[in-house]
Amino acid sequence: MQWEIVIGLEVHAQLSTQSKIFSGASTAYGAPPNTQACVIDLALPGILPVLNKGAVERAIKFGLSVGAKINSPSIFARKNYFYPDLPKGYQISQYELPVVQGGNIRIPSDGVEKNIRLTRAHLEEDAGKSLHEDFHGMSGIDLNRAGTPLLEIVSEPDMRSSAEAVTYAKTLHALVRWIGICDGNMQEGSFRCDANVSVRPRGTEKLGTRCEIKNLNSFRFLEKAIDYEARRQIEILEDGGTIRQETRLYDAGKDETRTMRTKEDANDYRYFPDPDLLPLEISASWIDQVRSALPELPQVRRDRYMSEFALSAYDASVLTSSRETADYFESAIRQLPAQEKLCANWIMGEISGQLNKEGLEISACPITPSQLAMLLERISDGTISGKAAKTVFESMWNGELEKNVDAIIAAKGLKQISDDSAIEKLVDQVLAANAQQVADYRNGKEKAFNSLVGQIMKATHGKANPAQVNIILKKKLEE
Amino acid sequence: MFNASLKQLSNQLAEKKFSSTELTTQFLRRIKQFNPEYNAFITIDEEISLAQAKAADKMIATGQAGPLTGIPIAQKDIFCAKGWLTTCGSRMLSNFVSPYDAGVIERFNQAGAINIGKTNMDEFAMGSSNETSYYGMVKNPWDIAAVPGGSSGGAACAVAARLAPAATGTDTGGSIRQPAALCGISGIKPTYGLVSRYGMIAFASSLDQGGPMAKSAEDLALLLNVMTGFDPRDSTSLRRDAEDYTQDLQKPLAGLRIGLPKEYFAEGMSQDVANAIEKALIEYRKLGAQTVEVSLPNAPLSIPVYYVLAPAEASSNLSRFDGVRYGYRAPSYSDLADMYRKTRAQGFGAEVKRRILIGTYVLSHGYYDAYYIKAQKLRRLIAQDFTEAYKQCDIIMGPTTPTVAFNLGEKSGDPIQMYLSDIYTSAANLAGMPAMSIPIGFGDKNRPIGLHIMGNYFKEAQMLNIAHQYQLVTDWHLKLPV
Repeated sequence: MQWEIVIGLEVHAQLSTQSKIFSGASTAYGAPPNTQACVIDLALPGILPVLNKGAVERAIKFGLSVGAKINSPSIFARKNYFYPDLPKGYQISQYELPVVQGGNIRIPSDGVEKNIRLTRAHLEEDAGKSLHEDFHGMSGIDLNRAGTPLLEIVSEPDMRSSAEAVTYAKTLHALVRWIGICDGNMQEGSFRCDANVSVRPRGTEKLGTRCEIKNLNSFRFLEKAIDYEARRQIEILEDGGTIRQETRLYDAGKDETRTMRTKEDANDYRYFPDPDLLPLEISASWIDQVRSALPELPQVRRDRYMSEFALSAYDASVLTSSRETADYFESAIRQLPAQEKLCANWIMGEISGQLNKEGLEISACPITPSQLAMLLERISDGTISGKAAKTVFESMWNGELEKNVDAIIAAKGLKQISDDSAIEKLVDQVLAANAQQVADYRNGKEKAFNSLVGQIMKATHGKANPAQVNIILKKKLEE
Repeated sequence: MFNASLKQLSNQLAEKKFSSTELTTQFLRRIKQFNPEYNAFITIDEEISLAQAKAADKMIATGQAGPLTGIPIAQKDIFCAKGWLTTCGSRMLSNFVSPYDAGVIERFNQAGAINIGKTNMDEFAMGSSNETSYYGMVKNPWDIAAVPGGSSGGAACAVAARLAPAATGTDTGGSIRQPAALCGISGIKPTYGLVSRYGMIAFASSLDQGGPMAKSAEDLALLLNVMTGFDPRDSTSLRRDAEDYTQDLQKPLAGLRIGLPKEYFAEGMSQDVANAIEKALIEYRKLGAQTVEVSLPNAPLSIPVYYVLAPAEASSNLSRFDGVRYGYRAPSYSDLADMYRKTRAQGFGAEVKRRILIGTYVLSHGYYDAYYIKAQKLRRLIAQDFTEAYKQCDIIMGPTTPTVAFNLGEKSGDPIQMYLSDIYTSAANLAGMPAMSIPIGFGDKNRPIGLHIMGNYFKEAQMLNIAHQYQLVTDWHLKLPV
């Protein structure tokens, strides 16, 4: 039987506010345990939550950038359960009437664009962390994270492969960073996914029983966990078994998922509107204000790069994978119009290769967009060859000669020989010294031509303009 | 000194008849003498109280005194007060010394008032008789065989027995007004949102409201002036301009339309209470008021609605008492779940557990719509009844409680009977409207009777005026238990 995998994702994006969603304590990462937890985060008797406006603003920003409806009023609810790192015994979240309802994310899939529908995105507070080491058989609790603002972004089950799920997650990751609502740091847990996975016979409509895999904090784990889980479910079904709805954890070490809790012991969260927080009224003027401050969105830029610069969908999407990359590109082509493809190739090739090698973000790139533009200009005006440009690039990267393109070209003697008479002289010398190959060519051995070009390039240490060499050599051989 | 009004005490302090230190010492002495019998206080801390008195004396000496500077106030043990044991009447918090001040405590501190001690209360404010306190029952000073009412029973007793000139209370379903009525004092539950809930240990957040308890309406006005005001730490706190609640006290009552809800004068009310109400209304007519019959058709539903909503919120609010971070923790347990179970089994009393169970049930999947949602809809209807009624009258009057104080132990085995003590009071909490109780006489066994005065939103000043005018021509509020 042919199986179809059905995937929906819940992404928790930590919002980039200075203080927590319901208290004034700092959200900075990495402080010693319980130093960033005030009386509110500790849930002392009598404390009350006060909503952080910055968190709401970021949720609105997200909603607008995915074309969603912004609910007003929007309601905060209590999700009740006992856990030692949940200090109040309930998590303040949203249930009915989240801030963001609906919306869409478009992703490339198999060369075409696919629409992934969003169900909702709601605000909630994070819990603390249990520490199981260093306490001699006991556990410690760190409430620094407690109250950190999260936006939980829930998709419809619109993805059909782990690759699509990863593309969706990456697109979302790029978007939240692009609009500046989340730093996207996955190691620090700022962006984590839960995947709902089910399978069904291809061609059928009815959804299979799903399992939820919790807390995947890398794209690689997301992909592997989904692949493992889909295989597991297919095997069970093909053996005549049934899937039990449950929550599972992915063990990266063993590359497998395993049961965390089954539906039978699932919690009844007893959601109800939090009486400590009034319904959140979001005015139309506030929404307008947020909208007017939104940057040009990645999808819009992607479309523009394709129509305006005739870049491929692939190039356009790589260049818009982060706002910094796209801004770098635009800044470079502003000084080098009509060379967008060349510029794109260099950013995706040399620049990103070097950045990867050194583990740098483009914001830390030692070569500025205008320096890159100058270098590319020397290629397009024929001063240097593409190959020589790579040498210049390396020198610039290493900070030689104050990254002055022309100075480096001069110092290294990389200027192309584009003078016809000089090239002609060279060709004559090479032809004289290689009578055999000249004869071979004239006897119909095409290959001999390339060998002769090679000799000429070698004699000039690669500096002869290859196009001119070709023309002149051909002319001489045919004389 | 012990019978003096707040205004008199303030004047005497200003005139240097005595210092706040002397006044505080006298009340502390009186507490020491009578508290063993009444059990009105859970915590007394002479050192802190006297240090505050000393600071108040300095304020008075340097001319920075306000109306409450140097005056001792008994604080209900539901208010977190920095450095004070704050138990909420529960074993669960029997070791909890608050590291911070509630909004209300801050306001009293800023006013230079003295915290004379923390008063006894029903555990987590759940009760109508003060018999559910971990710290034992409070006695009614009029008759030590009787309950003082709850949950602010310690506060009511402290004021009635003149162990403090005034006290704070909280009222979720009648917990200021019912004990005020049963102990023969005055108490007001303001409009929801007027008094900060920050640092007031939550029972049912959408119903809880702090308020003052004192000997007279005039005293209540002075206390409200200090207690009310916007608090940015409480999202349900109202942003309003400060109001002087004493401003209308002297207004004549001529033309006042008093609404008498027929539902509040139906069966259930005892004859002595009915007689006292009738006499109070005669007094009001003499003052120029007229009475009109009004109807609150959904009023009979307030107890069932209240006992769905309050436990629902309480079950969630009390989740934080899990033994993990503070408060009581069971001494031995096998694992985490066992630690939770034993901590909560041993830390909470029977009434609290009963309400947590009810609340958990009504919020649980499959019952939520039938109970919680339904109750919220009825809550709105109950509030609409009042809005309708206030089109025909300025104020609503009735009995605060159906009977005088019952005997200790009389209802403690029958929760439903106990819940019915709040039959007239809980509607005001559901509607979020202000309501108060003032003493109007004595009934069976010479136990006090209270008149329930209910007003529209933000009509506190008018209600205090109505109560004060009555107290100018009667002396029930000046009578002393002996």
